[in-house]
Amino acid sequence: MDASAGRQGPTTKQRYSIFALAKNALSYHEGWQQAWRSPEPKKAYDVIIVGGGGHGLTTAYYLAKLHGVRNVAVLEKGWIGGGNTGRNTTIIRSGYLWDESIKLYEHALKLWEGMSQELNFNVMFSQRGVINLAHSEHEWREMRRRYEAIRLNGVDIALVLPDEIKKLVPIINIDPTIRYPVKGGILQQRGGTARHDAVAWGYARAADALGVDIIQNCEVTGFERAPEGQIIGVQTTRGFIASNKVGCVPAGHSGVLAEMAGFMLPIQARPLQALVSEPIKPVIDKVVMSNAVHMYISQSDKGELVLGAGTDAYSSYAQRGSPNHPEHLMAATVELYPITSRLRMLRQWGGIVDTCPDASPIISKTPIPGLYFNCGWGTGGFKATPGSGHVFADLIAHDRPNALAAPFSLDRFRTGYLVDEHGAAGVAH
Amino acid sequence: MQLIPCPWCGPRDDAEFHYGAEAHVARPAVPSERSDAEWEAYLYLRRNTKGPFAERWLHTNGCRRWFNVIRDTYTHEIFASYKPGEPMPDIDQLTAKKDA
Repeated sequence: MDASAGRQGPTTKQRYSIFALAKNALSYHEGWQQAWRSPEPKKAYDVIIVGGGGHGLTTAYYLAKLHGVRNVAVLEKGWIGGGNTGRNTTIIRSGYLWDESIKLYEHALKLWEGMSQELNFNVMFSQRGVINLAHSEHEWREMRRRYEAIRLNGVDIALVLPDEIKKLVPIINIDPTIRYPVKGGILQQRGGTARHDAVAWGYARAADALGVDIIQNCEVTGFERAPEGQIIGVQTTRGFIASNKVGCVPAGHSGVLAEMAGFMLPIQARPLQALVSEPIKPVIDKVVMSNAVHMYISQSDKGELVLGAGTDAYSSYAQRGSPNHPEHLMAATVELYPITSRLRMLRQWGGIVDTCPDASPIISKTPIPGLYFNCGWGTGGFKATPGSGHVFADLIAHDRPNALAAPFSLDRFRTGYLVDEHGAAGVAH
Repeated sequence: MQLIPCPWCGPRDDAEFHYGAEAHVARPAVPSERSDAEWEAYLYLRRNTKGPFAERWLHTNGCRRWFNVIRDTYTHEIFASYKPGEPMPDIDQLTAKKDA
């Protein structure tokens, strides 16, 4: 009998609550269960998800929850949430320009709003409001156009002038004589931040409870296909695993996996950097983003200022990035927020983002039957995590994209129907 | 930051350059006779290699000329730099030489 047979089906999970906390305190917190199993891979699955980041884990969760596909494996070459899920600046918003994008990101934002309750896991989703700044007359005009586009889609958004921004963010410098003065901005009050690790852990725990096998330290090294082309499984560092449906959610490594599968994607891998400061008292309770100067800022609950920089100008898989980007970021930060001039930075890191020519994602079938790709989220995939998994699970289960995912198919690069979000995404997603 | 060897100006800081992605992508001959799929391949589909890779650079703040570089996209090691029109060196041979 298959050794894993006894582990099939949903496992009962300890619920997290104030009562569970009190109860476990009595036994010195030694009674907590593991949040998810670490099973040996089975020989075959109904669906294999390659990539155990937020998007991959949500895909597996929604496959099990909404589509009744519980015989699912998530294969992760490192540890779950160790890639871009744990490396981003956790900004969540849905204020894009085109209807297709607004609908997709708003779908995600609505799922964020119920996530902690649904997962019984506190993802620390904080709707503190996200402000995008305009620093030139042209950008301000473009932003007002975007504001109208967002409103037409029924999504909350407000125009804010420099004086109002100063009231919301007292540390900001709105002096009109600085090199990149604040001309105005848009505020999405429902936007905010979340704890990125908790998102990965929460979905992993919930997917595991529905019977999904999360297999870490298992790298995919090749795709196996039937003579007629259909995918029949993947070669991994832990042996061959069979499945007729494979969904790849590899973020920065999507080009590597596509090449392994024998086709090309319109994607370039670039490092994107972020840094955090030493912890200080609360000084900013909004997320503020500036596309023009490539800086975005928020303050974590620990008190660290979380700062995001731009992407490197060239392809790279080294998860560190060039030193000139943090330098540029700090110059912009000090000009816009002069109180940071003597603040020390604690940590700097980079993640490899999969940038697409139109700054929109690819959620699509591929030239290979049974192989699906969800990638190209570039510099801003975190905000879409639940929505991305939701529509990708639907695509895998039904072998056709739903209305939300259809505009993001790979064939848009052939038809020319691009969803150009360079203005709304910029680098500061 | 890394030094990019411009074949005309010598090694310079990468901030002086613009990146041009994959090298040796030829524009299709007789454009009007090409299919949508061929245009897609030319306009959008690019190799995204992890490892030694032939790529284009433009020395924007220097001689303002394009050239090609063989660079490892994981280690950032540079194996060769050559002028446009010159044939692509054998990447396997170059990397083997460095390893030896």
